[in-house]
Amino acid sequence: MIFADTARTEAMLDDMTEKLRESLGDQLESSAMIGIHTGGVDVASALHKRLGLSAPLGMLSISFYRDDFSRIGLHPTVGATDLPQNLEDRTVILVDDVLYSGRTVRAALNEIFDYGRPARVLLACLVERSGHELPIRADVAGASVDLGPNQQIKLQTDPLMLHLEGEPT
Amino acid sequence: MNPTDQASAQQAFEQIQLNRDGKLKHFLTTEGLDRDTLTHILETAESFMGASDQGLKKVPLLRGRTVANLFFENSTRTRTTFELAAKRLSADVLNIDIQRSATAKGESLLDTLNNLQAMLCDMFVVRHAESGAAHFVAQHVAPHVSVINAGDGRHAHPTQAMLDMFTIRRFKGDFRQLSVAIVGDIVHSRVARSQIHALKILGVPDIRAVGPTTLVPQELQEMGVSVYRDLASGLADVDVVIMLRLQNERMSGALLPSTGEYFRQYGLDNRRLKYAKPDAIVMHPGPTNRGVEIDGAVADGAQSVILKQVTYGIAVRMAVMSIAMGNTAAGEQP
Repeated sequence: MIFADTARTEAMLDDMTEKLRESLGDQLESSAMIGIHTGGVDVASALHKRLGLSAPLGMLSISFYRDDFSRIGLHPTVGATDLPQNLEDRTVILVDDVLYSGRTVRAALNEIFDYGRPARVLLACLVERSGHELPIRADVAGASVDLGPNQQIKLQTDPLMLHLEGEPT
Repeated sequence: MNPTDQASAQQAFEQIQLNRDGKLKHFLTTEGLDRDTLTHILETAESFMGASDQGLKKVPLLRGRTVANLFFENSTRTRTTFELAAKRLSADVLNIDIQRSATAKGESLLDTLNNLQAMLCDMFVVRHAESGAAHFVAQHVAPHVSVINAGDGRHAHPTQAMLDMFTIRRFKGDFRQLSVAIVGDIVHSRVARSQIHALKILGVPDIRAVGPTTLVPQELQEMGVSVYRDLASGLADVDVVIMLRLQNERMSGALLPSTGEYFRQYGLDNRRLKYAKPDAIVMHPGPTNRGVEIDGAVADGAQSVILKQVTYGIAVRMAVMSIAMGNTAAGEQP
């Protein structure tokens, strides 16, 4: 079923854009925006465009930083890490589509710090949902929602919209 | 060995490489693997290249794991690139100097293996002059241990073949459009065998073997390659030229008249390279014998990608090690 249609998703992105402008102020222009493959990159491109950032969008593939290697082996690698800017002492806006357990963000943070030491990292997610397993929260979220462990939010691209799959238990 | 035994021995080679989900657990030969498995290796290597191009040399995938390099046969480059690959995956690496180890004092290979396993090694990288050595090791290791073949006798050298495939893909793209010529001592070459299998699996339609009858017997056609006796026709319009090292010991074995005579007939110089497509790449697994199979001007020339092969070898070995180790660990889960 549809969680947010295209108009609603666009409105959430507009809302996130405003919140990012507010919280970053004049630091915004010098910030580096990084999307996590794959959904995070789609959300980040939309935000990047809205904010009119001049620095190119960075992309992060976390395949080599996941914490489930010993349990399920190497994931098929999706996309490649491409960070066009030096992250040293910069404000980083880290973007993902859905914040759930927090494990993806943990992996992304470890990877980011292998590239440099940012001054500050902000987390922006289109949807923050219940089920956190780590002390990681979004600084900016388009929506927050309580969902059961069998429910999943899926991002559809072109046009951007969100689907809700699975049954609440 | 009769043909049936040979076929079943080959099947055993292919089967032991995979875990119960059909995923690569040991990497012993390219033969018998499917296109998806090889493509997964190439794509993972591409991601490691991407990370290293970004200035990230080390990733934490194999942190806390121990890789033992067991080189019963010397090879500085292969051992070094395996060592670097393991270190860039954050593994701990042991280089066992076999010449000085207990094996030289009469300890059996199995005793050596058991001792290393008792030290909680997770991966063995094995190079040995006997065909089937890595396979023998894979048969005897504990279930949590993964084995990578770094060259066994005349049988296989699968990571070399995969780094060659990676090089071809980077420079030439779609395998299904390519003509590839392998020149030189193919019959004795584990590299060539592994390359031919990999090229076939990846869908290269035109694979050529070029050399004299003693080094390129007509029977090679059974592997699905076309046999050529002279460079002019063998290299005509190919996209990729792979030169193989002419091993000195072949000279004494009456297989060839002399190195000078060999270079006159099969050595690659700039004049002969013109038989190939103008943008053809020249590859060599190294070490090169300049003036024997390849002219220095070609080895150092604009079409040579020989040093790129070395660089790519690290990323490809990182890919193979992390895929195999991951599937071995995952296969251990209940």
